[in-house]
Amino acid sequence: MSDRVPVLKIGDILLVSIQVDLEDQMVLDLQDDLSQQIVATGARGVVIDISALEIVDSFVGRMLATTAAISRVLGAETVVVGMRPAVAMTLVELGLSLGGVRTALNLELGLGYLRRAQDTPPARR
Amino acid sequence: MDNEESKRLLELLTARRADLLAQWEETVGASLRGRVSTAELGRELGELYDAVVDAVSKGGLAGRGEHFAVVRSLLVELSRTRARQGFTPTETAVSIFALKEVLEPLLAGSVEDARAYLQFARLLDDLGLFTVEEYARTREEIISAQSQQLLELSTPVVKLWDGVVGVPLVGTLDSARTQVVMEKLLQALVDSNSAHAIIDITGVPAVDTQVAQHLLKTVVAARMMGAECTISGIRPQIAQTIVALGIEFGDIPTKATLADALRHALMEIDKAAAARPAGLL
Repeated sequence: MSDRVPVLKIGDILLVSIQVDLEDQMVLDLQDDLSQQIVATGARGVVIDISALEIVDSFVGRMLATTAAISRVLGAETVVVGMRPAVAMTLVELGLSLGGVRTALNLELGLGYLRRAQDTPPARR
Repeated sequence: MDNEESKRLLELLTARRADLLAQWEETVGASLRGRVSTAELGRELGELYDAVVDAVSKGGLAGRGEHFAVVRSLLVELSRTRARQGFTPTETAVSIFALKEVLEPLLAGSVEDARAYLQFARLLDDLGLFTVEEYARTREEIISAQSQQLLELSTPVVKLWDGVVGVPLVGTLDSARTQVVMEKLLQALVDSNSAHAIIDITGVPAVDTQVAQHLLKTVVAARMMGAECTISGIRPQIAQTIVALGIEFGDIPTKATLADALRHALMEIDKAAAARPAGLL
């Protein structure tokens, strides 16, 4: 049995803080937990914090995109926060762009973005 | 190695030290055209002369041998100072080769003398080549140190406003510099908690597809971290080149001047602040 990534509720936003390198089973569990929590709490936004991750490869990149897509289907917008400079540079070198995923510098800015997005329902995007 | 010859040479070198040294200094001094003071030159050549005599007396005329260690370290010092002072390789090597010239008239008499002279000439050739090698190595060290300095000097990241950082780029962008710029910019975004970055290319002489590619990479990396990037300082000529080359900046905002870019960033910040609801959450 592998570890699970905790999903924390703050107001109508869910916070997922990824602290360890992810394995396949953990990703599946996380997507399971998260989708259930979004439905259960009626959350309007999801923040995924990856500030502890030193390595983001195509696997994690795809996981972030899929998770964002799942949340969007359930009516919650996803923001990925806290990406490290080295990680961003590696992703660019690899040619990955995390298309379709909102990013913010840190948790505070990410929360701010989600609040604004909720206040103005017809988002620009 | 013929002992007879090195002995004959040694005798000559020891007996006529003052005379030979003076001639040597004069020849070298003439070729350097007074750019090294006579006293300094005298000291350098004196030390070198004594070291050579000492080495020959110890182990003969094999220039690459162990016993020439002292001579070589003196030569290293000599070529380094010459390289730093901006002398040409010829002017550096002539310090060694001039000794041949000085010895030539003395050793042209008999066949034995001529043979000794040739042996000694070979030794001096060896030492001369060593000097040139050392000169080249010093030059390369200087060049690599300078390019490193240039890399550091030309990529500052400045804070323009609360939440806005700027990167005034000067010079051509290559992949090494892009790497440094990207690293510094992304780190500055995190450190200063800025969500806006302005890359100013006023100082970039030309924008081709390569440079544009590097710029795009930097912008994409910054976006991935959640910061908006604006490219500013696009001169009219560069704008024409960009269009002529068919370079697409996509949805990256570009502005003519740094001031425009800063205004744009501040407006974005204002917009975000106005939309922020009261309370923490």
